Amino acid sequence: MDIFQMTALECGAAIRDGKLTAVEAAEQVLAAAEADKTNAYITVCREQALARAAAVQADIESGRLTGPLAGVPFAIKDNICTKGVKTTAASHILGDFTPVYNATVMDRLEAAGAVTVGKLNMDEFAMGSTSETSYYGPTKNPWDLTKVPGGSSGGAAASVAAKSTLISLGSDTGGSIRQPASYCGVTGFKPTYGTVSRFGLIAYASSLDQIGPVARTASDCAAVMDVIAGKDPMDGTTLDTPAAGYLDALTGDIKGLRIGIPKECYATAGLDPEVAAKTRAAAETLAAAGAVVEEISMPFLEYVIPAYYIIAAAEASSNLSRFDGVKYGFRASKEDYSGLVDMYNATRSEGFGTEVKKRILLGTFVLSSGYYDAYYRKALRVKAVIKQKFDEIFAGYDLILCPVAPTTAPALGKSLADPMAMYLSDIFTVSVNIAGLPGISVPCGFDKSGMPIGVQLIGKALADKTVLNAGHAFQMLTDYHKQFAEVK
Amino acid sequence: MEWEIVMGLEVHVELATKTKIFCSCTTEFGGAPNTHCCPVCTGMPGTLPVLNRQVVEYAVRAGLALNCDINQYNKFDRKNYFYPDLPKAYQISQLYLPFAHDGKVQLHTKSGRDVTIGIHEIHMEEDAGKLVHSLFGDTTYPDYNRCGVPLIEIVSEPDFRETEEVIAYLTKLKSTFEYLGISDCKMEEGSMRADVNLSVRPKGSTEFGTRTEMKNINSLKAIERAIAFESKRQIELIESGGRVVQETRRWDENKEKTFAMRSKENAQDYRYFPEPDIPPLYITDEELAHYRAICPEFAEAKAARFVSDLGLAQEDAEIIAGSKYLARLFEETNAIANDPAEVRYWMMTQVLYFMNERGVQAEDIKLAPEKFAQFIGIVKAGRINRQVGKQVFESMFFGDDSFDVEAYIKEHDLEIVDDKSLIEETIAAVIAENPKAVEQYKSGQTKICGFFVGQTMKRLKGKADPAAVNAVLAEALKKL
Repeated sequence: MDIFQMTALECGAAIRDGKLTAVEAAEQVLAAAEADKTNAYITVCREQALARAAAVQADIESGRLTGPLAGVPFAIKDNICTKGVKTTAASHILGDFTPVYNATVMDRLEAAGAVTVGKLNMDEFAMGSTSETSYYGPTKNPWDLTKVPGGSSGGAAASVAAKSTLISLGSDTGGSIRQPASYCGVTGFKPTYGTVSRFGLIAYASSLDQIGPVARTASDCAAVMDVIAGKDPMDGTTLDTPAAGYLDALTGDIKGLRIGIPKECYATAGLDPEVAAKTRAAAETLAAAGAVVEEISMPFLEYVIPAYYIIAAAEASSNLSRFDGVKYGFRASKEDYSGLVDMYNATRSEGFGTEVKKRILLGTFVLSSGYYDAYYRKALRVKAVIKQKFDEIFAGYDLILCPVAPTTAPALGKSLADPMAMYLSDIFTVSVNIAGLPGISVPCGFDKSGMPIGVQLIGKALADKTVLNAGHAFQMLTDYHKQFAEVK
Repeated sequence: MEWEIVMGLEVHVELATKTKIFCSCTTEFGGAPNTHCCPVCTGMPGTLPVLNRQVVEYAVRAGLALNCDINQYNKFDRKNYFYPDLPKAYQISQLYLPFAHDGKVQLHTKSGRDVTIGIHEIHMEEDAGKLVHSLFGDTTYPDYNRCGVPLIEIVSEPDFRETEEVIAYLTKLKSTFEYLGISDCKMEEGSMRADVNLSVRPKGSTEFGTRTEMKNINSLKAIERAIAFESKRQIELIESGGRVVQETRRWDENKEKTFAMRSKENAQDYRYFPEPDIPPLYITDEELAHYRAICPEFAEAKAARFVSDLGLAQEDAEIIAGSKYLARLFEETNAIANDPAEVRYWMMTQVLYFMNERGVQAEDIKLAPEKFAQFIGIVKAGRINRQVGKQVFESMFFGDDSFDVEAYIKEHDLEIVDDKSLIEETIAAVIAENPKAVEQYKSGQTKICGFFVGQTMKRLKGKADPAAVNAVLAEALKKL
């Protein structure tokens, strides 16, 4: 039985029905992961996975595990801590760091019977939009190995698209789940901030980071949300929201759903006409199914990039300070330093990559005394205004529909050569993080060269089920999500 | 020229919650290095701080006791700096919206002056770890046990002019927090730490001079010495045409000097910003009302009551009420013995003596009020005299739970000698054996009576009632 013909939910059903064992499923994914040509994996944990799959299979047979994801193999972005499995955040500075604790999402996935097969490549510390800043080398786009898979959850999207896993967990700080999902033709969901625990997620920008699923379908994503969402005593920023009911909310009924299309998005310089056309066509598909689609205004769009990069870099500069060579991970060799400050300098200079250092410097600058008010405080004000403007939009609409990214996946090397263009390409995704909203990227077509295009649906805070249901409805009407890359 | 010293204090107080401020590790002092820590307080990747609400309660109650306004909506901020004792490389503190501000503390100083000290603000924060340097100076070992122990930092206004005000302030903070049960305030163990900001100016001037901040002062005695040294240093510097540099100075207890640590120019930029991992916290009206309702009686009110209701002298009342532990011993003993003067007597003479001369800390006193009251009953019944009583008290005070006052008196045969004939016999013997003294007495040197009393008491092992001895002696001498 080829599990790559299945969605995660179908795989779970097959295991429950005894058509397949958890061990067989793990074996297939492990073999695919080990043969993966996209460099999606940093670590494949074969032994742990097989031992775990056997234990899960026993629990399924004894009736202790009955959930829809029991026995399903998962791959996990490598900034999510996995007990006993090396966790690198794709950075040299973490060395062979192996956590002695699980991220809360891992505890919850394991309790639901998921089997972790490996850790996925990403931009170093999730800083980047291409997965090229990884210390472990760039991940490649399964649809065209000369192109990037997007980022920072490039491995999470590429592995699903390349059939080297069925489903994965990524993290989204400014689009890091949705944009690679779009570039790779898979489904990526970013939950409302505070819905999923961040405990054990190696922080990039704490006020923006959120863990979410990458899968083939919105319903797979909803099934994962049923497992990982909900208040966590280990994360004070998690919200007291109902933990489950995501999968049950997928009725596919979107009649009367009010969808706004921001005209500013379609006036953005650099927006690929094919992306514009396919995403507008997606809106028409939804309208044909009974949604009410209207043009709206998002007048703050030009401010989201600077606000985002100031807030994210500021928080990152502080979050990454703990990587100092004192306690764990990489430390520069003794010949390269004398004294404490020198050890810090040598370790951090060598241990961090260029993009990370750039953002640490930027963040340090905007928090410096004398500049704080001009940059960081102002960015927080912009954040407050953006939130308010979204509230105004959501007073009249249930969802916002727009592109995920202005273009399809760019060629490897192109973005890092023009970082300003790369930062600007985050324009449609970052405001969702700034306002803490739920957003999904679902495949909505291909450009002329056959590269996937995704459409983004954004809901108001805590309307995660509405967003997932709209994505699900779209997938009931289309088959873009059923097309797979032939990795060449 | 006459100079005035101007001081402000920043006092760090460790809160005595069972667990740390952002994780569930114990706050217990000591412990083998790195055994009281977890991934959260050692700042492991991906871990998050979760606020311990008990810390907020203790902090707010401290703020109320120091007459502060409470910011019911308050927030945490990150203070960023690199040091190996700070595993996250930032300390979670409160800069922009601390929980308490604009308080005041009334002081009654040793020389009898009443002074009011303003409290600028109080904020909550986490403590850092400790670095242990190897004997050979080539290796440093971080111990993260103290990381995340909750602190409040109490920032005063620059209202101190005299050292005795500083001492009175710190003594009052300790007493207040003891009564609240929120900290043990042991300066020697670092659970209360005071940094002194000090400047000098010509007397009468209203402008502030340039200040220095002194750190690493670990006792009240050290504070007195540090203030004396630093004020003298600044005055001499200015008088010799120099200029005080704004800087942080470290007090060296052994050398009895302060040394420059870092100047303002080299001051670190802490890049404070709002802590994104901890949502703003809200203290409800109900919580505030509850904290006010459970506020205990503090030293001043207690001392006043000891004076008005129990007839203690003001000075004694202040000393006993100044410590929760002394006050408790006093009140609980008196509740049984019902003789405040007698209880006061033994506390002010014996207990204070043990504290001052033998370094006994009030909180370490084990003496049970029941035992103390029983002892007082025995003294008042005249079964032992006061001199013998001191011996019994000392044994009882340092004895363990099994110490039995009655058994002790019996075992050591200490019960008073009220056998008049035995006293008469003893005095007769003393007189007979000391003809020289008798001669002196006869020649009018009546002071020699004391010698006879002393000799008699010695032979009776101190157990006789001195009054009875005096009476019998007077009769005996009359007959000479």
